[in-house]
Amino acid sequence: MGAGHTHPLYVHEHSVVHHLPAHVKVVAVFTFTALVATAPREHLLAFAGATVALLIGLRVARVRLRFLLPRLAVVTPFLVGAVLLPFVASGPRTEVLGIPLAVEGLWGGFGIAARAILGASASLLLVATTEVPDLLRGLERLRAPRLLTQIAAFMVRYLEVIVGEVSRQRRAMTARGYDPRWLWQLRPLTAGLGVLFVRSYERGERVHAAMRARGFEGSMPVLLAERPAGARVWTVALALPAMMVVARIAAVLVHG
Amino acid sequence: MTDIAANEAGGAPALELSGLRFHYPDGTAALDGIKLSVAAGERVALVGPNGAGKTTLALHTNGLLRADAGTVRVAGITLDDTTLRDIRRRVGFVFQDAEDQLFMSSVREDVAFGPANHGLRGDELDARVDAALAALEVTHLADRAPHHLSGGEQRRVAIATVLAVRPDLLVLDEPTAGLDPASRRELITTLRGLDVAQLIVTHDLPMVLELCPRTVLVDAGRVVANGPSTELLADEALLAAHRLELPFGHAAR
Repeated sequence: MGAGHTHPLYVHEHSVVHHLPAHVKVVAVFTFTALVATAPREHLLAFAGATVALLIGLRVARVRLRFLLPRLAVVTPFLVGAVLLPFVASGPRTEVLGIPLAVEGLWGGFGIAARAILGASASLLLVATTEVPDLLRGLERLRAPRLLTQIAAFMVRYLEVIVGEVSRQRRAMTARGYDPRWLWQLRPLTAGLGVLFVRSYERGERVHAAMRARGFEGSMPVLLAERPAGARVWTVALALPAMMVVARIAAVLVHG
Repeated sequence: MTDIAANEAGGAPALELSGLRFHYPDGTAALDGIKLSVAAGERVALVGPNGAGKTTLALHTNGLLRADAGTVRVAGITLDDTTLRDIRRRVGFVFQDAEDQLFMSSVREDVAFGPANHGLRGDELDARVDAALAALEVTHLADRAPHHLSGGEQRRVAIATVLAVRPDLLVLDEPTAGLDPASRRELITTLRGLDVAQLIVTHDLPMVLELCPRTVLVDAGRVVANGPSTELLADEALLAAHRLELPFGHAAR
């Protein structure tokens, strides 16, 4: 794919991971996340293994931690819950730095935090190495409902157009001295939103007309020939969940 | 594009409109008995002031709007419910705003959309797409996102998307609007090189003089004048009466 497709979570690189077919990556990340989510929280070795596997994945994909960490902020609400658990949970307590904490709560908090961070990191690894159209095509190959993937594709396609219209509208308002400071000055802004809605609706009709003009009769045609992913490709992608399987087995052997 | 010529039904005009009437739902008469024809391989300009009904007329050529009365015939085939699909393949419509026309996530997919809807698959589809991209000299843009192209590139890709279905008639709505002079020049050269009948809706009268031997002037939903562009566009009184003029420095002869 050429320049210009990129979304804010995409890292422009040409790594092995970037070149993997999207559907293969989706399967790998989904399997990995499922293995992480179902690991018993006492199996520390499993989580350590997951972390190592992810770090290797990030390394191969040339996605830096500096890029990843700020974007992990999305899991903050879960982390807040995880931090609170040791204080509020009941049951036997243990002292950490003189503060009594619930043992059950500590484990619970660890489980939530580890799964949230690892799961989100795996998803970020996927989107950082996959552009949106490829991702949607990948989901289609995995038999995701075409209606949903098409809606998502059109949303992505026209989001920029609509954002552009919003900013032009704001600029036109500002150019004529509109500078809202108080709640009662918001009326023009809401009226603008109404206009925007009507315009978007009309654009939708024009796009539909353009589609009909080219023979569209309700279902999207299959446009690109799908090449089946080879065994080598699957092997590379499934290395991530495979490492996790090894970690799970090792954890069962060590922790019992 | 030799196979486009092969497509033209022997001798029948690419487009024939007669007695075309159309009212918008609010009662405004947009078309009031239009008669117009475009011969196979001919390039005809459709000019007129804003609100004259040019775009409304153009939308009738492939059944996106259906007339209250009158007939639309494309390559000898009369437009009705049974021929609608065939007519849409035969008429390639290039919309004024490329943002409306290009809706897929890559240029290649956008060009493939039309032929795929008409049943092409696999290698045949790929070959068709490659040919259309090459004809418009946009092969290098194949993997780009259409909405990130420049205006001139978008217009060329938009034409490629309709050329890919091998139409008998291209209908272009304001093809040069908003283009810089160099892009406009490239577009004119491209249109001149395409071996397919064209109906060009435009305000760009110098382009009409260059490209279209014949001009149809519409106003208030009627054909006001129909004749050689050099004569029609030399008639200053006629042009002025219908809110048109050749730009400064241009002469029709």
